[in-house]
Amino acid sequence: MLNYDLVVVGGGPAGMAAALKAKENGVESIIVLERAETLGGILEQCIHTGFGLHYFGEELSGPEYAGRFMKLLEDTDIVVKTDTMVLDVADGNVVTAVNKKDGLLKIQAKAVVLAMGCRERPRGALSIAGSRCSGIMTAGTAQKYVNIDGYMPGHEVVILGSGDIGLIMARRMTLEGAKVKMVCELMPYSGGLTRNIVQCLDDFGIPLKLSTTVIATHGKDRLEGVTIAKVDERLQPIPGTEEYVPCDTLMLSVGLIPENELSKNSGLDLDRITNGPKVDEYRETEHAGVFACGNVLQVHDLVDYVTEESQIAGLGAAKFIKGEKITGECVYTQGINGVRYIVPQRINRETDTDVKLYFRVGAVYNNAKIIVECDGNEILSKKKVKLCPGEMEYVTLKQSVISELPADAVINVRVEA
Amino acid sequence: MENRELVCVACPLGCPITVTFDADGNVATVTGNTCKRGDAYARTEVTNPTRMLTTTVKVEGGKAYVVPVKSANPIPKGMMMDCMKVINEASIKAPVNIGDIVIENILGTGVDIVATNYAE
Amino acid sequence: MNHLKKKKKGVIMTYDVAVVGAGVVGGLIARELSRFNINVALLEKCNDVAMGTTKANSAIVHGGFDAQNGTLKAKLNVQGTLMMPEVCEKLSVPFKKNGSVVVAFSEKEMDHVKELYERGIKNGVPELSVIDRDELRRIEPNISDEAVGALLSESAGIVCPYELTIAAVENAVTNGVEFIRNCEVKAIEENADGYVLNTTAGDIAAKYIINAAGNFSDELAKMVGDDSIHLVPRKGEYYVLDKSVGNLAVHTIFQCPNEMGKGILVTPTVDGNLLIGPTALNIQDKEDITTTPEGLKEIVEKALKSVPIVSTRNAITSFAGVRAHPVNDDFIIGWCDKSANFLNVAGVESPGLSSAPAIALYVREILNEKLELTEKENYTDTREEPVRFRHMSDEERVELVKKNPAYGRIVCRCETITEGEIIDAIKAPAGARDVDGVKRRTRAGMGRCQGGFCGSKVVEILARELGVPMSDITKFGGDSKIIYERTK
Repeated sequence: MLNYDLVVVGGGPAGMAAALKAKENGVESIIVLERAETLGGILEQCIHTGFGLHYFGEELSGPEYAGRFMKLLEDTDIVVKTDTMVLDVADGNVVTAVNKKDGLLKIQAKAVVLAMGCRERPRGALSIAGSRCSGIMTAGTAQKYVNIDGYMPGHEVVILGSGDIGLIMARRMTLEGAKVKMVCELMPYSGGLTRNIVQCLDDFGIPLKLSTTVIATHGKDRLEGVTIAKVDERLQPIPGTEEYVPCDTLMLSVGLIPENELSKNSGLDLDRITNGPKVDEYRETEHAGVFACGNVLQVHDLVDYVTEESQIAGLGAAKFIKGEKITGECVYTQGINGVRYIVPQRINRETDTDVKLYFRVGAVYNNAKIIVECDGNEILSKKKVKLCPGEMEYVTLKQSVISELPADAVINVRVEA
Repeated sequence: MENRELVCVACPLGCPITVTFDADGNVATVTGNTCKRGDAYARTEVTNPTRMLTTTVKVEGGKAYVVPVKSANPIPKGMMMDCMKVINEASIKAPVNIGDIVIENILGTGVDIVATNYAE
Repeated sequence: MNHLKKKKKGVIMTYDVAVVGAGVVGGLIARELSRFNINVALLEKCNDVAMGTTKANSAIVHGGFDAQNGTLKAKLNVQGTLMMPEVCEKLSVPFKKNGSVVVAFSEKEMDHVKELYERGIKNGVPELSVIDRDELRRIEPNISDEAVGALLSESAGIVCPYELTIAAVENAVTNGVEFIRNCEVKAIEENADGYVLNTTAGDIAAKYIINAAGNFSDELAKMVGDDSIHLVPRKGEYYVLDKSVGNLAVHTIFQCPNEMGKGILVTPTVDGNLLIGPTALNIQDKEDITTTPEGLKEIVEKALKSVPIVSTRNAITSFAGVRAHPVNDDFIIGWCDKSANFLNVAGVESPGLSSAPAIALYVREILNEKLELTEKENYTDTREEPVRFRHMSDEERVELVKKNPAYGRIVCRCETITEGEIIDAIKAPAGARDVDGVKRRTRAGMGRCQGGFCGSKVVEILARELGVPMSDITKFGGDSKIIYERTK
């Protein structure tokens, strides 16, 4: 059995930021366990720019953003093990992992940070009818083939889902010489940034078809085409609007799911909306000394926010390890009336910090107000010119306000249109 | 010259902007934007639109087949595909470091193509 | 790959027996024949075994009460189901005797259930009983409140049909059977010595042919002038649900059967998922394994009748399979009238999987009428259990990685599958040559992310182990390319 003060599960942007913050705050022995061959997580294949505008004030590519943290890690005594898969986080914070070199590793940790990221939702979850031919893949898988392996995953492409990954891949495939026929989006609005719609689609004349989905795939061996159809307000295909589109590749960009198998197996309850563990203001889960941050906790749209959140978790883990973390009576948060969820889900009343409440809304709002209430009393309100589901929002609660609230109070956050 | 309709990308608001031109083809008015950044975006976009170009380049003698690259600064939007052709013919010898110049002054744009990751 | 070189056009390999079709029936026949001193070739038109009906069915070992008394189906089902536990044990294939229930939703259906009970008893089905509503609810807690009773068949079970086939063929090849993939029979010539099969892998000579070509057994028979086999391709669509809901059903839950088959069932799988389906639709194109919006909708509607808390929210994939329904409603097993040494094993629809071990024995007996079968000395009827990292204790894992570090690298995160297991699957006798082949042998890519993370890794490992570029690797052979040329 090895002993470490802190075990960080995952060496993507979240894990690296958490480990570095913990080190900065005096944690002595830290180990980062990463399942891929390199640190950096999904950023390694996100070669487009747009990362770091908030955190570094510069526009970096994914590998560059990750590279900055890798450099910082190199200058510390934080131990990094890549190509290492964590199999289990057991009671008492015993972490079991495996790799080729060390075989099975058992690590007794004082604290654990879960930073496993998220995965893409696959085709099966969509129930698209048709054949099981090749040529149907998630946008992320295609991105890896193109950007890391240097192979073309297809020549004539239809993309389902207009989230940022889908939009980015539309441009990427076009630049590499493929014909991207269209991007279909089930919803009446795109889930991606306007900038990406302009620069990834409009620049190349790729049509964005809103309220449209793929209802069937065709092809015996390799994909030969898809049938698309318009959908109604209930998102159901409208008969008579079917259209056959020849293509050899269907890329799916239909949502991300936090990768929480380890969390679930360790007995953590997941938030029904975020699909991540429930945490307090320092991102400590319901298990003492187990923290979670980044996309494993909630799917972020900006890596900069992942970094910010992971630093909170790293600081929390440091406080926990040093016996300085405040734990006691809590107040609870809840999103209502258009606010889908809140992270953190609970706040220690006696906390030593102001707390940002992160959330997403369920629809597009113009000139709306975010209202935070407790027991019918408004705590604060914030005007927003625009709110949309694609972008994470936050409001900040002052420490002084939190400490005034009664134990077990529920803080409601809602949208007033 | 015809009016140009744009969607502003300066912030998530996505204001619809209309640009009109005078007889000489210069920008006459910018309307629809709600801030100065929108005005600036629209003027650049209709006179000299530029884009960051990100792609990969072949690695010689390394473990990886390709390494990601970007234009160190934005390049004229209309030259993206031409630049791709040049980059697709180029290669860089391993080991590669972030910031290594792969192609200097690509197609006379004054912009270098630089590596954005390590490659052993 | 060696045999392909030998089998260039014009070069004729000679076998005593050519088994055409490497489904569960052909696979188990080949295994049974590998026991004897004869040369056996197993010919498969696809890139892997178990690519037809075998890979897409309900994976049920039936009790044997469905088939009419006196039919081959009834006889071989009951016998095969009794043989199944031992066959699975010898081949190291998971088999679970979970039992099945045929649920009645009205008193009229209860009469039907009693009829099935009587038929089952006459067929010789053991461990059969009729149970009332309370007993049903006790043994199957999520069953619909509408259920009034059921037929309980405790000898029924679940097995993974392609795993059984893979293991059987592996065992057969170990015993000397030659497995020839991508070998579609195009024509058959008869001569004094027997037959010459013109195939896409060259000409192959054989004294006897066993037609286990599944949906294509009618076409194969026609090649020797036998047009007596009449099959109706019948498509069935299924949903696979996540392991988190795998315990919604304990037994295999059937509804009362109708003329199109056994209806929509809800069943756990040996791997712990929940399977619901199949629909039953007669179709024209026997290769049509597409799922349809109507079919998928029908599955859910009907499954809800049995287990009202089933939801496709937990769906991880859907699939369809085509079964060869024989017009005469019974298996067609026996010598062909038109050609002396051509043995048909056709029309093997449900309960074909359950019957397969018994069919293999039956075929051996028939073959023995003409061909003398003497036992080999060094025959082994067992297949070594593949390494299954996910099922091991920590101590076993420590030893395993020490022995071979490739078992220390997890490739498939959802199912915890190691690189070592994937290499084993490729190197095994009649091993995997494509991504789906690796998936069926190891479960890599079969989990929640459906290969999103590990798909490209599997392609990489296949390419490395087979010594070909990544762009040569397919999903399931043919033109099912995963990726194309280099980007630059």
